[in-house]
Amino acid sequence: MTHIVVDPVTRIEGHLRIEAEVDGGKVANAWSSSTMFRGIEIILQGRDPRDAWAFTQRICGVCTTVHAIASIRAVEDAIGAKPPPNARLLRNLIIAAQCIQDHVIHFYHLHALDWVDIVSALEADPKATSDLAMSISDWGKSSATYFKGIQDRVKSLVERGQLGPFANAYWGHPAYKLPPEANLMAVAHYLEALDWQREFIKMHAILGGKNPHLQSFLVGGMATPVDPNHQASLNIHTIAQFKKLIAGAQEFVSKVYIPDLLAVASFYKDWAGIGAGTGNYMVFGEYPLSDEADPEKFLPSGIIRNRDLSKVEDFDPSKITEAIKHSWYEYDGGDDQTLHPSQGQTKPTYTGPEPPYERLNTDGKYSWLKSPRYDGVPMEVGPLARMLVAYARGHEQVKGLVDAVLGKLEVGPAALFSTLGRVAARGIETKILVDKIGDFTDELAANMGKGELRIHDNSKWEPASWPKDSMGAGFHEAPRGSLSHWVHVKDGKIARYQCVVPSTWNAGPRDEGETPGPYEAALLGTPIANPEQPIEILRTVHSFDPCMACGVHVVDTGGREVTRVKVR
Amino acid sequence: MGKLQSDFRRELAARGVSRREFMGFCSAMAVAFGLPKGATAMIAEAIENNPKPTLVWLNYQDCAGNTESFLRASKPTAAEVILDLISIDYHEVIMAAAGHQAEANLRAVVENQKGKYIAVVEGSIPTGANGAYCTVGGRAAIDIAREVCGNAAATIAAGTCATFGGIPAASPNPTGALGVGDAVPGIKKLINLSACPMNAQNMTATLVYYLTYGDWPALDKLNRPLFAYGKSIHDACERRSHYNSGQFVEQWGDEAHREGQCLYKMGCKGPVTFQNCPNVGWNDNTSWPIACGHGCIGCAEPDFWDKMTPFYAHIPGFPGFGKGSNIDKVGFWATIGVTTAFAGHTLVHLGKKRMQSGKDTPADPNVNPKGGEA
Repeated sequence: MTHIVVDPVTRIEGHLRIEAEVDGGKVANAWSSSTMFRGIEIILQGRDPRDAWAFTQRICGVCTTVHAIASIRAVEDAIGAKPPPNARLLRNLIIAAQCIQDHVIHFYHLHALDWVDIVSALEADPKATSDLAMSISDWGKSSATYFKGIQDRVKSLVERGQLGPFANAYWGHPAYKLPPEANLMAVAHYLEALDWQREFIKMHAILGGKNPHLQSFLVGGMATPVDPNHQASLNIHTIAQFKKLIAGAQEFVSKVYIPDLLAVASFYKDWAGIGAGTGNYMVFGEYPLSDEADPEKFLPSGIIRNRDLSKVEDFDPSKITEAIKHSWYEYDGGDDQTLHPSQGQTKPTYTGPEPPYERLNTDGKYSWLKSPRYDGVPMEVGPLARMLVAYARGHEQVKGLVDAVLGKLEVGPAALFSTLGRVAARGIETKILVDKIGDFTDELAANMGKGELRIHDNSKWEPASWPKDSMGAGFHEAPRGSLSHWVHVKDGKIARYQCVVPSTWNAGPRDEGETPGPYEAALLGTPIANPEQPIEILRTVHSFDPCMACGVHVVDTGGREVTRVKVR
Repeated sequence: MGKLQSDFRRELAARGVSRREFMGFCSAMAVAFGLPKGATAMIAEAIENNPKPTLVWLNYQDCAGNTESFLRASKPTAAEVILDLISIDYHEVIMAAAGHQAEANLRAVVENQKGKYIAVVEGSIPTGANGAYCTVGGRAAIDIAREVCGNAAATIAAGTCATFGGIPAASPNPTGALGVGDAVPGIKKLINLSACPMNAQNMTATLVYYLTYGDWPALDKLNRPLFAYGKSIHDACERRSHYNSGQFVEQWGDEAHREGQCLYKMGCKGPVTFQNCPNVGWNDNTSWPIACGHGCIGCAEPDFWDKMTPFYAHIPGFPGFGKGSNIDKVGFWATIGVTTAFAGHTLVHLGKKRMQSGKDTPADPNVNPKGGEA
């Protein structure tokens, strides 16, 4: 039995540590630990709930919109604010743009190097690379000269010994299966994607003033005025800018991302049988299509258990609980207790080894993440869950694309429950969204045309208009999965705040019944060719797209008063 | 043409960056520094002829927002060349290596390039729980930061968390979080690039300045480069004329809001915030928060999560505010008012910080907000 520690797990947001036992060339046991804690919910105590979005937004700068969205929805739920139609559309645009950009960055910049060997690209024949590229896509940049230029550039990095961020990785590992030409093509697209994401995210700069950390969210609506006749508002010029950026995204996703995904996946089909994990999937649903109380959503909510696509249960928020037996927190009722987030209670109590340490005590508490459960069982959340629920519910576009991808790779639906399934689902979702986001733009333009310019529910802006004591919940599908914020507003201030986050669902430790979380379950049975270079662990963990700063949160029920100068 | 210069030109060509684009970039940088026209050629020459310095980027109590901001360094594409001009040997968010191999990369820089490399820190550093609130490879963040920043030629604190403690240090600072200057006293050269996140433009400009002059830009008393933090948002704001004319947004989405009038009454903190947002904008100068319709939240200032909140409360009221009054005077009194309020708070907060961070951590004598000089 070999004990492996991967810390830091790189190419993720935040601080993640994986410990694993390898027996007979396979992972026999795995522990996922988050090693950073800030206490943002403690900091929120006693503050103005209209400010909460800006605080929670800083939980993460990668998925920089998600905690702001969940927060304003939670506070609106608590105080009864009703955002007008334009606010819904602006939010849908922001959410979809975030998801598209985030997925592309994940594929190329956070995940690709687990599958693509940069050093092998040096051996590629540029002409053959060009032929390969042209055989899978009519993307413009595909000449032999172009690929030769990229190859020379990599060569000069290697020759000068200045590999920078690419130094000392697992290059040459036998688990890399792509031919040199596919590697070279992927390296070229890694660099192109770096440029593309910078350009596409101007969507967010227009809608939120800047990215990261957009600044146009408001409880009750959005702060971006809409008026076709004013230069300082979102106007018809803005609509044209959106259309241009969206067209660029459609082209990049259809001609670069999806073909690359299929090409890479075709060499790694064995990974369709690895990394399944819990087999339970949860989705809250996203992209409200109307302004009613319980609107239809473009991507539907639902629960799938035990990989059974023939049954989708409706999601019931009352079934969420959190355990802390293996987390560095305490509950008043003891470590075996589990609590619903609206009653959530947490006192951070570090009981791990004093740093510097070599090993965590995994029999005891070993993570800053809690263990969220739905109806007592772990749930995987994220693009795979969303695509599975939509597929099982008969969503037309999702079904069409999933079937097309499975057909192309010559595998059945069971292949989706895997590391490779997660990678594919993320690509499929990106394609679905670049094709959908234009509808939100058109609807916004139509509203401008008919003089519907409202962006905010002013009737609930002043705290005097709020209930004295109320609770609210906000649900959102972040790129990495289902996110919920829970807020208790009392006398115009935050009395309690809690976030139950995608990476907590996926990366959380064992629960009070010793059932492993989704990462831990997915790693079981993963083949490890060389324990000194556990690239296989990275593949499965990265397939979830970890976002650890998001995952760590804490609530203080003590109602601690915040000492601050009131500037009013 | 020297060897490095021809290497560099080849590299530019390989990246599809034309000479013209590169010169355009250098000229933008000259403007950012407020340098005369001839400086463009000087910047270009320095960038082409100096060897690539090594940079290591440390992430602690962070959200990776500054990393993401850095990745958005805007066109001309030559800005991206900065990524190539600097050899980034350690950066957990983008590096290929993981675990022991990643740690070895960092160790190699500290050992082999002692006193020569640049360290960037993103995120605050917790001092509570013996360092257990943030560990990397089993080591406490503060331990690693002491070693890595202590041996660097210079340390750049990227973003308000690394600069002033930021959100983790907001009251009641549950983890005893500090900015890098407070957590690791005695750093050889500290450059603070505050804002949440920092603007990529200011990071690239700072690095280009270093590549050009072999030295760092002039700093204010909070260690922030004057070229980026020398002026208040309010002074350079495109909506300043509305403020001067007493034209204010009263409700989100009203006619004044749609026309782009002043957001002062909606809580804008531009008058007490020092940064160059109005000049350089965000995301390739596509927009910036006030242009987008929301007030400034003061994110470049120390302790803004405590001092600038509630975000929607306008900075202190004063007699005679409104149309017809002498607005320049009004603006002056508003600033004085908020400064006084902050100064009081600063004392409370400093005391608290001292308590939470333990005896051996000196309080920063410079915590007084820059707004105090307005």
